[in-house]
Amino acid sequence: MTRITVTGDGATDSDDVEPRTLLVHYLREQLGKTGTVVGCDTSNCGACTVHLGGRSEKSCNVLAVQADGAVVTTVEGLAHDGELHPVQEAFRECHALQCGYCTTGMIMQSIDLLNDNPSPSEDEIRSGLEGNLCRCTGYHNIVKAVQSAAGQLPSTDALERSNS
Amino acid sequence: MIPAQFDYVAPTSVEEALSVLAQHGDEAKVIAGGQSLLPVLRMRLNAPEIVVDLGRIDALRGVRDDGDAIVIGAMTTHNDVLHDPLVREHAFVVTKAVAQLADPQVRHRGTFGGAVSHADPAGDLGAPSLALDAEFVIAGRSGTRTVAADDFFVDLFATAIEEGEILTEVRIPKRSGWGAHYEKFVRVAHQWPIVAVAAAVHVEGGTIREARVGLTNMGSTPLRARSVESALVGQPATDEAVRAAAATAAEGTNPPSDLNGDADYRRHLVTVLTRRAVLAAAGA
Amino acid sequence: MTVTEDRQSEATGQTAKEVGRDRRRKEDQRLITGRTRWTDNITLPGMLHIAMVRSPYAHARITHLDTSEAKAATNVVAVLTGQDVKEEQGSLPNAWPIKADQVAPDHPSVAVDRVSFAGEIVAVVIARSAAEARDAAELVDVDYEELPAALDLREAAAADADQGVLAHPELGTNKSAYWSFDSAEAGTGSSVDNAIAAARADGVVVEREYRQQRLIPAFMEPRSVVVDPTGEQLTVWSATQIPHILRFLFAAVLGISESKLRVIAPDVGGGFGGKLQITPEEFITILSARRLGKPVKYTETRSESLMAAHHGRDQWQKITVSATKDGTVTGLKLDLIADLGAYVAIMGGGVPVLGAFIANAIYKFPAYQFNVQTVLTNKTWVDAYRGAGRPEVTFAVERIMDELADELGMDPLELRRKNWITKDEFPFTTVTGLTYDTGDYEAATAKATEMFGYDELRAEQKRRREAKDPVQLGIGISTFTEMCGLAPSRVLGTLNYGAGGWESASVRMLPTGKVEVLTGSTPHGQGHETAWSQIVADRLGVAYEDVEVLHGDTAIAHKGMDTYGSRSLTVGGEALVLAADKVIEKARPIAAHLLEASVDDLEFTGGRFNVKGTDKGLAIGEVALATFAAHNLPDGVEPTLDSDATYDPIDFSYPHGTHLCAMEVDTETGGLTMRKYVCVDDIGTIVNPLIVEGQVHGGLVQGIAQALWEEAVHDDAGTLVSASFVDYLVPTAADTISFETANTVSPSTTNTLGTKGVGEAGAIASTPAVVNAVVDALRPFGVNDVRMPCTPERVWKAIHARDGAESGGAPTEGAAAPHFDEQDTADRTAGGTDGSVL
Repeated sequence: MTRITVTGDGATDSDDVEPRTLLVHYLREQLGKTGTVVGCDTSNCGACTVHLGGRSEKSCNVLAVQADGAVVTTVEGLAHDGELHPVQEAFRECHALQCGYCTTGMIMQSIDLLNDNPSPSEDEIRSGLEGNLCRCTGYHNIVKAVQSAAGQLPSTDALERSNS
Repeated sequence: MIPAQFDYVAPTSVEEALSVLAQHGDEAKVIAGGQSLLPVLRMRLNAPEIVVDLGRIDALRGVRDDGDAIVIGAMTTHNDVLHDPLVREHAFVVTKAVAQLADPQVRHRGTFGGAVSHADPAGDLGAPSLALDAEFVIAGRSGTRTVAADDFFVDLFATAIEEGEILTEVRIPKRSGWGAHYEKFVRVAHQWPIVAVAAAVHVEGGTIREARVGLTNMGSTPLRARSVESALVGQPATDEAVRAAAATAAEGTNPPSDLNGDADYRRHLVTVLTRRAVLAAAGA
Repeated sequence: MTVTEDRQSEATGQTAKEVGRDRRRKEDQRLITGRTRWTDNITLPGMLHIAMVRSPYAHARITHLDTSEAKAATNVVAVLTGQDVKEEQGSLPNAWPIKADQVAPDHPSVAVDRVSFAGEIVAVVIARSAAEARDAAELVDVDYEELPAALDLREAAAADADQGVLAHPELGTNKSAYWSFDSAEAGTGSSVDNAIAAARADGVVVEREYRQQRLIPAFMEPRSVVVDPTGEQLTVWSATQIPHILRFLFAAVLGISESKLRVIAPDVGGGFGGKLQITPEEFITILSARRLGKPVKYTETRSESLMAAHHGRDQWQKITVSATKDGTVTGLKLDLIADLGAYVAIMGGGVPVLGAFIANAIYKFPAYQFNVQTVLTNKTWVDAYRGAGRPEVTFAVERIMDELADELGMDPLELRRKNWITKDEFPFTTVTGLTYDTGDYEAATAKATEMFGYDELRAEQKRRREAKDPVQLGIGISTFTEMCGLAPSRVLGTLNYGAGGWESASVRMLPTGKVEVLTGSTPHGQGHETAWSQIVADRLGVAYEDVEVLHGDTAIAHKGMDTYGSRSLTVGGEALVLAADKVIEKARPIAAHLLEASVDDLEFTGGRFNVKGTDKGLAIGEVALATFAAHNLPDGVEPTLDSDATYDPIDFSYPHGTHLCAMEVDTETGGLTMRKYVCVDDIGTIVNPLIVEGQVHGGLVQGIAQALWEEAVHDDAGTLVSASFVDYLVPTAADTISFETANTVSPSTTNTLGTKGVGEAGAIASTPAVVNAVVDALRPFGVNDVRMPCTPERVWKAIHARDGAESGGAPTEGAAAPHFDEQDTADRTAGGTDGSVL
């Protein structure tokens, strides 16, 4: 067992972990952050994406011991005082999710993408999400959600009016 | 899946790392970014007794100017390489290749040194390193040695790094004013390249003065397309001339056959991709 | 997106305010914040964990199995083998024996002495942690004696006890069942053999062989099951599409009462048919929990999922179409071989049979025959995958319509127009005996071609061909229909299916005026909570926000047939309408009593019972509170506004649509770039356009992925090569494009709401549209087929196949049965158009 200290979603915890423990398992099983999920074992699907030290990483492809001393943000740390992160809001608004299993990783990667490039083109959005698989949405509305969060779509109020 | 049990140590200096490696011999496995190693451990295809994490050795991170070469620390992440101005100016084909390597999350953790040490023949950094005559600085208990790119990639997943050694940095001779392109062919974006071509060319007055061409996934190691390079020298940067030079790109290669294509298809593909890479690099 | 106009509800005379509105989903709050309950999130005190030991061989005898080292490992509680559970485990059930004489091997959850596919479970390790279970699984020592494996479906069909390889030698055959439909025999049409013979004499006959490759549903949430045996009941949480069906089947196999079983499908991360199964893993977890008296969890890894969760499609198809010289189709014949894999799964052979009734698609074939031979092989079992039976036949018929058009020198759209059922011919009884209630192929096609810019793209195609552009353009068409709303129980009975096709709903008015809805149609990403709320809000005239939809727990929504086959809305939605109407009828006499009016003088509108011609009235919520208090009810009236309804559909529904794909083909590399994709779907009334659009998008990408990327490939030894997402190529956002979708609306007449179903439409329609586009681009090279997935290698080789190919022979008869080899990367025609265009 190795002692690690991780600041996850604002709270600092110290725990003993086996060195082989993957960060995603530490988050889920020891910190109870089950919003972050495992979708594959080859790092292709990106469902486990969190922010580690401020950048998106695949938490199933990082050992918990490697995150010792780091700041981790999961999807559960995005909303503040009941207010959703704009990307979370955009995912709902644009119907960018169906079963929701890839969604938390997809949101975390989308946020990273926009942090890096606040005005991405459609191509840049698509290639920025190439590390995240979704089986439900065909990506169409995920791309729209990122565009919406980037302020590239008509405001949702306008959409609402045009549809009602 | 969960890896088998292992011990873990995270040295903070190269010396400390080497001493741990010396102690454990072939029971130790070095982890850099771990983006290729962790899936292997999770599938239990490898079960080391101890994992030596280089992630806490700050000296191995970063890109620096060293006169006639730039030096990429082995633990510099792909993302840092991608955005590094020195790399962009002097080794632009590396920038081009790393931009297409894996996906953003992997680029945030994966490292330059880790990727080249893993020596996957489909890895994106071998061909540009080879094309640019990169040198690999390897530290061992008896000191450091420098290995030329031609000698670094030994075989499938095998490099000149011996047991007990670690790669500390990669030196790339400066080539300013060169055009570069990395032409990568995949079926889906998150795939390893079926074939890729790294091309760097120095064009003056419409004539190719010098050319460097590296091939990805055309054999058990990255390969240098020397016949293409020499055929390009002195040629105009036109479709016709480059097409003729690129036609020899498959010479001396031994590409694999797999679900994405057989060897014959790859031998054809590499000629097309070489032409496109060189033309794009030449700005034609 | 077309939004349906307000509709008058026939039963209540209310105006629809919610139906047709693009409500944002109620489900999303928990999903976007990570407050979801996936099965793998569940942790119970003392819970044990399972790791499976799986066979690396496709077919082998287990000669030695030693678990002693594993049993002695740290924190291992038990290790079970097939021998240990032989008596208890029985055989996993097949619910649809398509023929009385269907041959099916016993299906043990844990292999006893022989393994029949690579990935089959041979031992079960139960330990206190998942990591320790995995560690100990590595210590189980198994020796195998490899046996020859039956891997190719056509060779399997040809084998018998004397020659070839049998997947299950004790059965003496690989043939499971042979199922046929003939329109002459059924009296629904004329003889197809006569039609083909006549066309051979004077007309056109086109015959082709197609391969539906093996696919993997690849839902994002790996399967997971937790079983809690403590207390009086056995509680099973499973990442499943079918908790209700599972409860029935577990009870039947275990020999216990359904009342002792509670099955819960919590949040379920996708299914696409892949979680429509009763699995060895579920059964093993139940057995383990019962034996050990403790909660037990099993969660599969992705590699296990790809190897052992059922696969989809996998058919060899021979299709023949006959027509007159002017392009009027006269006959259609399909001969299929369907690979079931090693065991007959829950739907099993029924999947190809589902295609038999709509293989004629939207066309007026006067003669039709469908034959399918199901076979057993030593590969992962095969069952439903999005579309189940319908994508397979739709592909074959939509592909061959393009081939026929090419043969006749007609525009493929023109050929379709000439042969489809026209708007004024509905209702139309087809050659399979089904009656299509409504449809408007003209409208959908007109809208699609306009959005697509069909004529402009044809002009561009011509230019590129003439210019010998290295990048060629292809246009692919698919005018599909499907049958949804599975299914009228009587029809299922005639097909020998083991259950009915009804659905159940309950509506409960709560004292506070809120409404609790239970549905037996268990969602796994579709958005039932939202759409069901919209329907009930309109029906009862309550606020959308006041409706709560509960599902997925047999202790709450106790009755149901679950979610698959685009059935939820057309069947479950109708049950919901019936249940809501029952609530209104229950409330009516109470409202009349409270208002001191006659029942006949009340009208129910906008959620209120009003006394006609007065301003007196009561909201249904007020009636609910009064009913709850029960102080002042009419005599003999039950003090409740709860209702249950079970609806058995009177018929199927028939969504249709026109899909158009423009594909650029790089002839130098074989690389494909989708330029444009347009689809206009007619799915009847739309409850929530946002959800509909999402279903279409997702279906499109799955169908496109079959055309271009996905294939479960086994090596010569029967090992799955594409056993991770590295090799099983699920596309990413970077591989796909934004789609242009729209709708036309011809409401179904087989249900009150007029809905038809949308879950599978995209996946059914898009595959042939894409392949037709690829082939269309390559016609100048003499190419008339590229096998799926259309890899760049296959495309490039198809282009260059002619370089060394024999010439001559008409593609109709000469290439009637192009050599079809599993190793072939692409079929090619032996004649036809000049291949030297470029």
